[in-house]
Amino acid sequence: MGEVLVITSGKGGVGKTTTTANIGTCLAMMGHRVVLVDADIGLRNLDVVMGLENRIVYDLVDVAHGRCRLRQALVRDRRFEGLFLLPAAQTKDKTAVTPEQMRELCQELKKNNDYVLVDCPAGIEQGFRNAIAGADRAIVVTTPEVASVRDADRIIGLLEASELRDISLVINRIRPKMVKKGDMLDVEDVIEHLAIELLGIVPEDELIIISTNKGEPAVLNSHSKAGEAYRNISKRILGEDVPFMNLDESPGFMSRMKRLLGFRTG
Amino acid sequence: MLEILSRIFGKEASQASKNVARERLRLVLMHDRLEISPQIMEALRDDIIKVITNYLVIDEGATEIAFERGKNSMALVASIPVLKMKRIPQKKDTG
Repeated sequence: MGEVLVITSGKGGVGKTTTTANIGTCLAMMGHRVVLVDADIGLRNLDVVMGLENRIVYDLVDVAHGRCRLRQALVRDRRFEGLFLLPAAQTKDKTAVTPEQMRELCQELKKNNDYVLVDCPAGIEQGFRNAIAGADRAIVVTTPEVASVRDADRIIGLLEASELRDISLVINRIRPKMVKKGDMLDVEDVIEHLAIELLGIVPEDELIIISTNKGEPAVLNSHSKAGEAYRNISKRILGEDVPFMNLDESPGFMSRMKRLLGFRTG
Repeated sequence: MLEILSRIFGKEASQASKNVARERLRLVLMHDRLEISPQIMEALRDDIIKVITNYLVIDEGATEIAFERGKNSMALVASIPVLKMKRIPQKKDTG
């Protein structure tokens, strides 16, 4: 019996879909059977981020309404053994599926897979209620901005109210240079307010845009800092104790000089 | 000139932006989280009255308890008309 994780945020554009694609790909890379479910009915994106948009035949709504069997709607990712996508419908809206149908669907998917990752739509209406209906765990994605942290706080409240208590946080798009300059909220500022377990910190990374352009999740790129962060997050989901990444990747002038002169810099 | 100077010594000026964000976040969350449901507000009111009536006789019907929002703070403001003190037996120290 597998586990259902919902990736949610409240606010749009903070990286839910990117997070879902990367964690899912990485878990599959590590040999697990994974299904990615795009719960954003009417605005499907996960297929594009995964590079599977040309292979969709049926979608989640077709499955929920019995127009096809679940197995027929799953798009197999040819890059990995055991990675599948259940795409959202593009022409329906969020009311096309009920929380009850989503719960059944998740139950069904759990039977034959290790991890079911549900990419939740932005907002707190029915799309959100659908996405969390069958979840065992929730990953809340936020960026270090007031609006995004505020929405994350609201989402955490709603998750707790619906008895989903295993909630952890991914702080996305941290810019270490701006944090250092005091121009961006840092990790401590965010967790201090949200008071939930930190699952990972993902630095802003241009390679994410390139990987999205190509439809190849950044975890596949060994040069991507964000990809590395997502690999760490995936290991933590599996229960490994992985230290948080040191984001000070670009040493300042002084430490560069010190290094040139042969001093050791921590 | 001033701009160049402030850019050179820009650290303190820009330090503010994170601190501004932090303070705004704190306030916005405080406001959001105080969107308490009427049921919880009622329970809070009842609990407060229960504690106070251990010591005072109050006019429960005229008691008002509400949150008041200031610009930088939030307060729980209660108006509780006191009718009289209760005579509370002094507890002896039993050691």
